[in-house]
Amino acid sequence: MIDFETIQVVAIKLTFAFLMVGAVMTMAGYSVLAERKVSAWMQGRVGPNRTVLPLVGSVPVIGRFLQGLGIFQPLADGLKFLFKEEIVPGHVNKLYYYLAPIVALVPALTTMTVLPFGEFTNADGNFVPLILADLDIGILFILAVSSLGVYGIVLAGWSSNSKYPFLGGIRSSAQMISYELAMGLSLLPVFLWVSEPGSSVSSLSLVEIVRAQNSSTWLLLIQPVSALIFLIALFAETNRLPFDMPESETDLVGGFHTEYGSFKFGIFFVAEYAHIVIGSAIFTLLFLGGWNFLPWLDNPWPSSWIGTLIGTVWFLTKTIGLIFFFIWIRWTLPRFRYDQVMNLGWTKLLPLALANLVFYILLVTWLDQSNFNLP
Amino acid sequence: MSTVDILFYFFALLALGGGMLMICSKHPVPAAMFMIVSLVGVAALFVLLEAFFLAVLQILVYAGAVMVLFLFIIMLLDVGPEGGKASRMKLISGFAGAFFTALLVVVFLIMVQSSGWINNGEGWSEISDTNEFTNGSNLIFSASVKSFGYGLLTKYMLPLQISGFLLLAAMVGVIVLSKKASEEGSN
Repeated sequence: MIDFETIQVVAIKLTFAFLMVGAVMTMAGYSVLAERKVSAWMQGRVGPNRTVLPLVGSVPVIGRFLQGLGIFQPLADGLKFLFKEEIVPGHVNKLYYYLAPIVALVPALTTMTVLPFGEFTNADGNFVPLILADLDIGILFILAVSSLGVYGIVLAGWSSNSKYPFLGGIRSSAQMISYELAMGLSLLPVFLWVSEPGSSVSSLSLVEIVRAQNSSTWLLLIQPVSALIFLIALFAETNRLPFDMPESETDLVGGFHTEYGSFKFGIFFVAEYAHIVIGSAIFTLLFLGGWNFLPWLDNPWPSSWIGTLIGTVWFLTKTIGLIFFFIWIRWTLPRFRYDQVMNLGWTKLLPLALANLVFYILLVTWLDQSNFNLP
Repeated sequence: MSTVDILFYFFALLALGGGMLMICSKHPVPAAMFMIVSLVGVAALFVLLEAFFLAVLQILVYAGAVMVLFLFIIMLLDVGPEGGKASRMKLISGFAGAFFTALLVVVFLIMVQSSGWINNGEGWSEISDTNEFTNGSNLIFSASVKSFGYGLLTKYMLPLQISGFLLLAAMVGVIVLSKKASEEGSN
């Protein structure tokens, strides 16, 4: 049943999976640093600039420079979470209290399996995407798995057995239901456009979306309204600041993680930033052309492995730019009131998403009927 | 036993065990959690049948949306562990349980008698091989999204519309009923 070849394939897949988890977790860790540095920059402060490794600090110029950037801060933060005293309040529901951080982190890390980040040409001249599992229904998989992430917050709120976390949990579940619909509806026109009649593309795969944007324009320019709705819903689903209802520390103390400390809190923290990293990557793939160069331009790099590398770095650059945008918004806008969040979701975003869908259905049908070539 | 078999028994156990624990747990929040476990187990069984689209829809709609709504209502109304109310319902639930167990046994017996056990899935291939499904086009029946979409919007258009209309009627009914109750409450 199990021969050498199977073991080899499994080993390669496992290595790739570990590399991918490592990359995303590192990016999540450094997003925390970026958050602190960018917020400090926006408020005229310095930000973390003291932490340094013993030997590196004594290297003449580079050591001081890295220390000033705060490069070693995430390491210190991680160790701090790990070594803090493990306090469990007496009034919590133990099983669900421990389960909640895990439930929050696992979906965030699972979605990365269908996240493509580059493409190379193999010996036969076929394009092979760099992806852990090239699913036909990639985007649906991401929506489905990321919708499970809310249980972490709801469970944390419920099992803490005290008022503020409970309110945070309730708010989180209501917010998630409200914005999931708008998010799904905003994606339909995108896939409708890419798989219009006559084109070879007819799947919900993220790889196909990126290929459709190759040497044509970015979907952001064709479908600005879809992109806007998706971005707003993404902020709501990742619980980022204009929408951080479950946390809202000024009225709910700490929201769902009030009763959490040490490493369990650290896991919630990492899960939030992993959601941001993956959300940014998805937005880049859908609307910013993925690893393609610029709108209406062919990729200037060769199609060898160097081109693959440059394409992947270009994709990461866009993703990091979007993470910066997430942080920028957080330190610019005040938080919505809870009823404003509900109002925006149900009476503004949802009708807008429906109208947007109907508009693109009519447009695609008209273009198809009149045999007009799409740009 | 191949790997698929082991996985099948594991996920079947997950689905059935989750369902069992759901009806046995006293508090509604753990009950909802066990129901999610059960739904995920069923989704995994769909994956083993290579029906990825159905599996993803199962997670997206049931585990991801419907159960979040359930939990929201449970937490909003702050339903505690069930108390004395249950004992009054004991007779009715006993009858209902006995009736549906009997029904299950009868259906199972009929299934075994008519088909002589599950004859290696031959019945299924008959359904999927017919050209009827694809309405004469050269689209092959498969578990892909395109196949589903084509079938639903051509041959099964009427059932799709009818089920959509039924859901709409149910929704309007719920709104009418709940509105009435809240007006009485406020008066």
